[in-house]
Amino acid sequence: MSDASKVEIFDVEAVNAARTRDPLYAARKKIFPRRVDGTYRRLKWAVMAVTLAIYYITPWLRWDRGPHAPDQAVLIDLANRRFYFFFIEIWPQEFYYVAGLLIMAGFGLFLVTSSVGRAWCGYACPQTVWTDLFMAIERRIEGDRNARMKLDAAPWSAGKLGKRVLKHGVWVLVAVATGGAWVFYFADAPTLAVDLFTGRAAPVAWFTIAILTATTYIFGGHMREQVCTYMCPWPRIQAAMMDENSLTVTYNDWRGEPRARGARRAAAAGQVAGDCVDCNACVAVCPMGIDIRHGQQLECITCALCIDACDAVMEKIGKPLGLISYATLADYQANMDLATDGGTAPIDPRKTHDDSGGLSDKVASFHLRKLLRPRALVYLAAWVLVGLGMVFVLMGRDRLQVNVLADRNPQYVVLSDGSIRNGYTVKLLNMVPEPRVFTLSLDGLPGAGMSITGIDDPAAATSYTVEVEPDRLRTLKVYVSQPRDAIAGTSQHFTFAVDEQGGMGESASYRATFDAPAEAVQ
Amino acid sequence: MAEKQIDDVTGTATTGHEWDGIRELDTPMPRWWLWVYYGTIVWALGYVIAYPAWPLVNTATRGLLGYSTRAEARAELDAAEAGRADYLAAVAASDIDDIMADDALRTFATAAGAAAFRVNCVQCHGSGAQGSAGYPNLNDDDWLWGGTPEDIRLTIAHGIRYEPDPDTRWSEMPGFGDVLTATEINRIALHVAAFTGGAGDADADALAEGEALYLDNCAACHGDAGEGSHDLGAPSLRDAIWLYGSSVADITRQVRSPRHGVMPAWQDRLGETTVKELAVYVHSLGGGE
Repeated sequence: MSDASKVEIFDVEAVNAARTRDPLYAARKKIFPRRVDGTYRRLKWAVMAVTLAIYYITPWLRWDRGPHAPDQAVLIDLANRRFYFFFIEIWPQEFYYVAGLLIMAGFGLFLVTSSVGRAWCGYACPQTVWTDLFMAIERRIEGDRNARMKLDAAPWSAGKLGKRVLKHGVWVLVAVATGGAWVFYFADAPTLAVDLFTGRAAPVAWFTIAILTATTYIFGGHMREQVCTYMCPWPRIQAAMMDENSLTVTYNDWRGEPRARGARRAAAAGQVAGDCVDCNACVAVCPMGIDIRHGQQLECITCALCIDACDAVMEKIGKPLGLISYATLADYQANMDLATDGGTAPIDPRKTHDDSGGLSDKVASFHLRKLLRPRALVYLAAWVLVGLGMVFVLMGRDRLQVNVLADRNPQYVVLSDGSIRNGYTVKLLNMVPEPRVFTLSLDGLPGAGMSITGIDDPAAATSYTVEVEPDRLRTLKVYVSQPRDAIAGTSQHFTFAVDEQGGMGESASYRATFDAPAEAVQ
Repeated sequence: MAEKQIDDVTGTATTGHEWDGIRELDTPMPRWWLWVYYGTIVWALGYVIAYPAWPLVNTATRGLLGYSTRAEARAELDAAEAGRADYLAAVAASDIDDIMADDALRTFATAAGAAAFRVNCVQCHGSGAQGSAGYPNLNDDDWLWGGTPEDIRLTIAHGIRYEPDPDTRWSEMPGFGDVLTATEINRIALHVAAFTGGAGDADADALAEGEALYLDNCAACHGDAGEGSHDLGAPSLRDAIWLYGSSVADITRQVRSPRHGVMPAWQDRLGETTVKELAVYVHSLGGGE
């Protein structure tokens, strides 16, 4: 006879049992943001219009630079290694201006983020702008939140297929236009446009358009908030730039909690009720699909659409606006202390309200003046200084440069009359799109003369006329010789002086060295 | 397995690992991340099929695209060669003075000549063409056989004292050790050194005797005033450049038993075009006439 009671039962479970095992991967949950109107939505439309206009129109702006340079206002000419920006022309060796721009962008981001949080993410980031555009298209074709959810859940039908094909078709068109506009920054836009439509454009143009079309369609149509949450480093970095005086989108639970769907009924039952009616409008409109009432979180791009949604509800029920608002952590904490007696009691919204249901005078609220704090001013000063420095350097920068490379092998040559000759490679950079004529002369080497290979000028001894093509570098082989009795040392310094004839009258010089053997020194 | 630990703030499970009170959240990866990973695998498979990938015993799989780095390098070299072809043809068809007169052609020939020089000439003339004792410096303006582009071309083409080439430049200074006495040779050396002020405090009688001996024995080739002759390859004795030294002792030795450098003819080895390019390059070194 078997007796199960004699068997010891172990209290153990498999380590990989389904009950204790968390999934390694989570599927994306679809988000169906509801349409919302309000101040911030209108601001976002405006920012979108401006940024998209800049992006699409810029390559088509013209800027007359004369017959020797392209007339496109903004052009990155990779083949000729030139960057044109309106009146500015950048040569590759002047690329440090771009470093200056990046430093300015950095300080600008510090300033904006420390003052108003992730405003870049919420309003101006291309990911946000294009996602917003894609959502607007989606809403126009498939309807608002509820209609879209219904359509998504519906079985496939001709109507659903039609809407989906239309939606993705328009998305692809927008994506192609996005990638298509990008390549215009790298070539003459009107010419390239004709080449694109006639199929004669360079393969790299098609390739670039294809890649940008794919990324725009995938990021704007399909991945959306996943890009911000999982792919972008900025949410992590910007979080570190904020402090207790930075404005950020905040749910003011010191006046909202405890939530109550029926405030009157709750009051009648003797319960305390906050301003939040738990309508979830803030969640429904959120493009990131989060609940701002959980507090500040990584996913929040501070687009402020929940503020618009909540304000509309507060207006409807006659409560003060700003249950969700831009607020600083310091103000929030002060109000929280007010509502909870310094954290000793649960939130009592009555402490932050006056008798008529409005907000109490003791509630701290944000004032623009608070943006003017030392931290922001330091960032602003640094930003302005770098900017002014760039402008200053840019205005006074050389459009004529001279580089000299002395021959090293041999360092000097003894000529038949005993004089010593040194060879130099002189490079003249004419950095404006006009042909220019320069005088290259020798200065400070007694008795010396020079000759330039390829330039025959019988009268010249210490001074030559040199023409340089527009926007080009001219390399000259220059030989300098000094009579033996004039040699004053094994290493004498002298100057190559370059002076423009006419035009801007620009000049440049290079201090060079003349080498001689010790036995030639008197 | 330990009890699942849940983070209070996020409500997410932690991995159970803890560093100074900080616990690592065990957030699940987004599913699309996995797809991207699979996508890279698919891409890799396509790559292996399209491009050379698997090493075999003596070779490797070729890939459907038939790509090879060697073929790519070959194509680039061919393109470079094709780019040069027009210039090379023009250099071959032009005579050297026409090359010198044409800016683009001269620039091309100078660069090509420089490359050929580094391979064929630097062994004697030095990497900077600066020469050394017995090997002429090509940078200076002193030329034994003439310094015009055509003179230089001829010298390179046929060499100097190069017996196999019937057109080679030829001259040979006799050794005077068997003809004159040591004193006479010394007198000549004093006179020659005096051309450039190198005779020191030699007395006038010795110099006069040296001049008479010089006019009898040397002036036929080197000229009455020591100016030399390009036609005979006789060096100028009046300038600052001395192939075998400028001291009285150096000159004495050279008069007694002269040394003669030999330069091979290059035309048969390098071809006419390269010889022209070399001549243009050497002329460009600064001393050309």
